[in-house]
Amino acid sequence: MTLRTVRILLWLPLAAFLLILALVAGGLIKPHDAAIRSQMVGRPLPAFDLASARGDATRIRAQGFADGKPRLLNFFASWCIPCVGEAPQLLALKRAGVAIEGIAVRDRPADLAAFLQQNGDPYERIGLDDSSGVQMALGSSGVPETFLIDGRGIVRSQHIGAIGPQDVGDMLAAVRAAQ
Amino acid sequence: MIAETGLIALLIAAALALLQAAMGFGALRPDGESLLRAVRPVAVVQAAMTVTAFAMLLLLFSQTDLSVKLVAEDSATTLPLLYRITGAWGNHEGSMLMWVTILAVAGAAVAMFERRLPERTLAATIGAQGLIAMGFFAFLLFSSNPFERLPVPPVEGSGFNPLLQDPGLAFHPPTLYVGYVGLSVAFSFAVGALLTRDVSPAFARAMRPWVLGAWIFLTLGITAGSYWAYYELGWGGWWFWDPTENASLMPWLAATALLHSVSVLATRDGLRAWTVMLAVVAFSMSMVGTFLVRSGILTSVHAFALDPRRGAFILILLALYIGGALALFGARIATVAEGNRFDPVSREGALVANNLLLSAILGVVLIGTLYPLLVESATGDKLSVGPPYFNAAAGPLALILVAIMAGGPMMRWRRDRLVTVGRRVAIPAAVVVVALVAVLGALPGLRILPLLGLVLAAGAAAASVAPLWKRNLRRTPLFTWGMVVAHLGIAVSLAGMASESAFSQETLIAARPGETVHVGPYAIRFAAIDPIAGENYTAVKATLVATRGASTPITLSPEQRTFDNPPQQTAESAIATLVDGQLYTVVGEPVPGGRWQLRLWWKPFVTLIWAGGVLVAVGGALSLIGRVRPRRQVRAERDGYAR
Repeated sequence: MTLRTVRILLWLPLAAFLLILALVAGGLIKPHDAAIRSQMVGRPLPAFDLASARGDATRIRAQGFADGKPRLLNFFASWCIPCVGEAPQLLALKRAGVAIEGIAVRDRPADLAAFLQQNGDPYERIGLDDSSGVQMALGSSGVPETFLIDGRGIVRSQHIGAIGPQDVGDMLAAVRAAQ
Repeated sequence: MIAETGLIALLIAAALALLQAAMGFGALRPDGESLLRAVRPVAVVQAAMTVTAFAMLLLLFSQTDLSVKLVAEDSATTLPLLYRITGAWGNHEGSMLMWVTILAVAGAAVAMFERRLPERTLAATIGAQGLIAMGFFAFLLFSSNPFERLPVPPVEGSGFNPLLQDPGLAFHPPTLYVGYVGLSVAFSFAVGALLTRDVSPAFARAMRPWVLGAWIFLTLGITAGSYWAYYELGWGGWWFWDPTENASLMPWLAATALLHSVSVLATRDGLRAWTVMLAVVAFSMSMVGTFLVRSGILTSVHAFALDPRRGAFILILLALYIGGALALFGARIATVAEGNRFDPVSREGALVANNLLLSAILGVVLIGTLYPLLVESATGDKLSVGPPYFNAAAGPLALILVAIMAGGPMMRWRRDRLVTVGRRVAIPAAVVVVALVAVLGALPGLRILPLLGLVLAAGAAAASVAPLWKRNLRRTPLFTWGMVVAHLGIAVSLAGMASESAFSQETLIAARPGETVHVGPYAIRFAAIDPIAGENYTAVKATLVATRGASTPITLSPEQRTFDNPPQQTAESAIATLVDGQLYTVVGEPVPGGRWQLRLWWKPFVTLIWAGGVLVAVGGALSLIGRVRPRRQVRAERDGYAR
């Protein structure tokens, strides 16, 4: 190595540090977004088979989603307050012809029945996810969350939090686009 | 008045730090000789003011003065006294004040006790210490004032994070901070030496005790933190590769490398530039760690302050200090005369290999820690880097490092012959082979990393005591004992890690009181579950009676605690420490049907991990005592203490 190269190499630590600095400064400037998005978007629905929360014999299965018809899959619970606020929007979507499947997370059938009576029942079927296993398999970290599943059983999108009145139009368009 | 006294003391300290920096660097001018002596007392008074400010904060917290915002936000009158006091540093502002206090005290210690460094280098070192302190004083005063008052004091404070309500808080942060911030001395030494272009064996001998001191505390702090996380978080693991753990590991890796390269510089006048570089990097890693944790840029259990403005402030300080030091390095180090050359097969060669490996591990950890940021800024994806990466990337490097650690001390300085080295490592090599055969025979199917870990630990333990072989033990210098004990500690710790990873057994079960469950060699009867009340929490306490064969039953009482201020649940594990391992029990949530979740682990020899860490620190302390007795050391070095 010539003296010249050595002299240049001596500045390498500073260059490496400046790179790190730029990286970190970039991370600092960006607004903090703590939402954790599901990695399942774009992938087939993970397999599950849940008993009905309504006490009947129907089951809600992952295979059932691949019947050519796009659906919303809504994670909710009777103990969840934002789910109450979301209920009118789900009913509006149902009236517009959207098929909605529900999964009740860590819930009790009696509480659930009361919840549906009070807030309306937009669901075709409701599965009971006692251990949050299906919720976790879908990469959902809370209630309410709504996934759009297309007719081939592929997860198309994830909506974190309650569906507000302003979201209904977009969601309807997304369901129609998944047709 | 207490808060105001603290604030005024802090302001005076900040002004003195500015003065200290100006005087220290001013002393380098040709006419600056009068400043050489005057800068020392300034550093001492500055530290006294900072200590006063910190004492005022402790007083405020112990009295729970709710008119002070910080106390109202992070404490409560209902807390036990221990946590009212330790709560002073269980928050962002208080811990930053502790950080600066240690920085100031370290600077004062240099000013009072350092006699070996040339006067001009010493003045510049104290100046650098003042400059660093000034930035962090500004940070405290402008964006994290711990003494801010509330216009209307609340009736009760908002309480203190229950996870921190543990005696561990009294020990882990202070020791870790002494280690972290103690490295500032090495940083300032490097800056001073670069400014005066005086990088010599004498400089290295002067720096070595300071590095050792900081490194001992860092080792203890990390060991204590690991054990604290192990029992407090109730996950049964002892290391999680959390960004904050990495933030403490990186300075330790750099300081460990520095500790070894400084010996080459002190003894053989080699590795001049490299040693200076490491001295800069070690404390830089401390500052980067502080930034990463405190800016909220990475998610971590230690992230108190999710405040980008604070992050930006620390980032500017980092840019100035680290950038400044590295620029000084680039500009000046080429003018430092080159040190001695040496043969690759020699003690120096082994130390260089050790340094390169430590640096490589440091790089692996740094990349893993920053990778989520890199990916997020490039693609917007969020991800976290966990044990699969770190274990796979750092594990093999660490094992090679241990092998070199075992062999290095058996080599001679300057030049050695492979044949004679081979003869010296024959016994440890035989131990390795025997251990390999024994482990393979007894435990076929063991995974490769734990297998190598166990085998290498045995070899390294044998090799670490080899420097004492055929030697008059009473005349062996204390620092040689220190090296032996520290290297043995690494071997012991490695044995614990490998054993934990290879042999741990876990049972996760929902059980009814009266049932008996099994984990490892133990049958555990779930005897009872009872409600209890503590000083500021209520809990359910499980009573577990563990028996192994015919031995006396052990009673364990894990708890699930519910704190009401702030409302939070914590799992309080119960651990039985036995000669051959630990039985670790956690009680979780109730499950329908009158059952409770029980999580039980049997972890053979897991305690060796921390016992090894303590041994490493004890070794460091022996070396430190051996090093600060100068006359014997000079004689030993003249006579070639390394044989």
